[in-house]
Amino acid sequence: MARSISRRRQVVVTLLAWAIGLAIFFPILWTILTSFKTEAEAIASPPSLFMFDWTLENYGEVQERSNYFRHFSNSVIISLGSTLLGLLIAIPAAWSMAFVPAKRTKDILMWMLSTKMLPPVGVLIPIYLLFRDTGLLDTRTGLVIVLTLVNLPIIIWMLFTYFREIPGEILEASRMDGAQLWDEIIYVLTPMAIPGIASTLLLNVILAWNEAFWTLNLTAAKAAPLTAFIASYSSPEGLFYAKLSAASTMAIAPILILGWFSQKQLVRGLTFGAVK
Amino acid sequence: MGSITLKQITKSFGATEVIQPLDLEISDGEFVVFVGPSGCGKSTLLRLIAGLEDVTSGMIEINGVDATQTPPAKRGLAMVFQSYALYPHMSVRKNIAFPLKMAKLPLQDRDAKVEAAAAVLNLTDYLDRRPGQLSGGQRQRVAIGRAIVREPDAFLFDEPLSNLDAALRVNMRLEISELHQTLKTTMIYVTHDQVEAMTMADKIVVLQAGRIEQVGSPLELYHKPANQFVAGFIGSPKMNFVTGAHAQKHGAETIGFRPEHIAISQSGGTFNGIVGVSEHLGSDTFLRVNVEGMDSITVRADGEVALRHGDSVSLTPAPDKIYRFDKSGNAL
Repeated sequence: MARSISRRRQVVVTLLAWAIGLAIFFPILWTILTSFKTEAEAIASPPSLFMFDWTLENYGEVQERSNYFRHFSNSVIISLGSTLLGLLIAIPAAWSMAFVPAKRTKDILMWMLSTKMLPPVGVLIPIYLLFRDTGLLDTRTGLVIVLTLVNLPIIIWMLFTYFREIPGEILEASRMDGAQLWDEIIYVLTPMAIPGIASTLLLNVILAWNEAFWTLNLTAAKAAPLTAFIASYSSPEGLFYAKLSAASTMAIAPILILGWFSQKQLVRGLTFGAVK
Repeated sequence: MGSITLKQITKSFGATEVIQPLDLEISDGEFVVFVGPSGCGKSTLLRLIAGLEDVTSGMIEINGVDATQTPPAKRGLAMVFQSYALYPHMSVRKNIAFPLKMAKLPLQDRDAKVEAAAAVLNLTDYLDRRPGQLSGGQRQRVAIGRAIVREPDAFLFDEPLSNLDAALRVNMRLEISELHQTLKTTMIYVTHDQVEAMTMADKIVVLQAGRIEQVGSPLELYHKPANQFVAGFIGSPKMNFVTGAHAQKHGAETIGFRPEHIAISQSGGTFNGIVGVSEHLGSDTFLRVNVEGMDSITVRADGEVALRHGDSVSLTPAPDKIYRFDKSGNAL
């Protein structure tokens, strides 16, 4: 018999869930609201939640001062580029670790993960110098390379977990049917792992989109993505809350919309393997 | 052509030797069954032939050519897996056509061959379904279709019927036997079920602990088991074994006699005992008789026998159907 929950308990739990949800969402909501205020209203005390003169002037000024679309296209190229390049490297890597594990496969997986434990700033100077000497500073190619490397451990781990759920006998069957290694990966493994690959792709596009440390430190103007665009509004001339909020809203809007439409895939990706 | 020769092959996983040095000759067109208890190495042996596992030492020849290092895709063998291992993202048509696609056959030829294979296996109406929409028996047929479509030198079956229910299993058993008669292609079939082995095989290979215990036709194994293991494994119900004074009378360490070779009387037989369990199948009756001082004896009697729990009986094994084994279990 299913566990029965009393009506009162149901109401309390629902209210609690909504309260936590709103608390988590509130900073984003506040940013969006502030972006529609004037600078004076943005710092007014006490602040008003909805009762202010709604204005779009911040958006106009932001677009006038800096080119949103150039930053946007940089963000798209960098996040998609690094994710796709990462997948290209990670699919064969995860295949070999999931289906032909060697004695040290577990160690390699842990070692890859351990690279994520190092504070990025620890390797900033060597990477900066390498980029300077190879002419990769402030280029989209450079950022694609560095973000691929940064997120590769996560991509490989996620794919590895997905691939391990695929019965090895099916891949063996394809070998018996005459499939060479690449036939096996392209015609059998990849189509079967599409849900897993899709959620890996989504999560990594989001991670790369929001990545600020490397993008801020390795770009100046030409290759700067939206993270740099936001940061440029927290400037020495003073903090303009309303314009900063407008810039932030514009920067997160695309990824928020993408996330909204793909939330089913994302939840599956994040909880995959937890339950079967 | 589909002859396979194994020469002194071994397989070890780490320090454990799962296949001990082993020789086997399989001739073209033969239906060979590998049978043995679980863990005896029969599936490993099949996977070595398939190329899915590498041999530790020894040589595998297919059609007289050394294939030890040949990858599975190039050995010209087809395999049907226990789990069917169909491609879940492809329709039945694409599943069956996959080996042809890998062989780079032109599209038109592929369609014709798939249709032909589907007709043989009664799958024509299901060609556009996905494996997930099929029953167990239909999935099994698709797996067989995928194997026959590219006309391999030999078929390898890895316990293909163990996921089916009893009635379907008997049906598929017949279908596979018929398929063998039609195609006349070499088939190697792995099972732990000695009934499947007896009914289907031209040649049975009995394995235990990575060793071949005996190779022979089903009736050879039934009538002339090489040792106590084979004697106990082949035949249902199992052969009765008796040690001690009764065996010494026959000059052996152990004697064995099959349940179907025992005469029942009121008194005056070799063994006197009490009926423990009686199983009435209509065509036969199985009696488990408890004899003092030894293991119970199973008796198979034709038709209905009016004996019940607690009745005392006297049993006499047919003298010419008594098997004798020495200390190490070898037949004398």
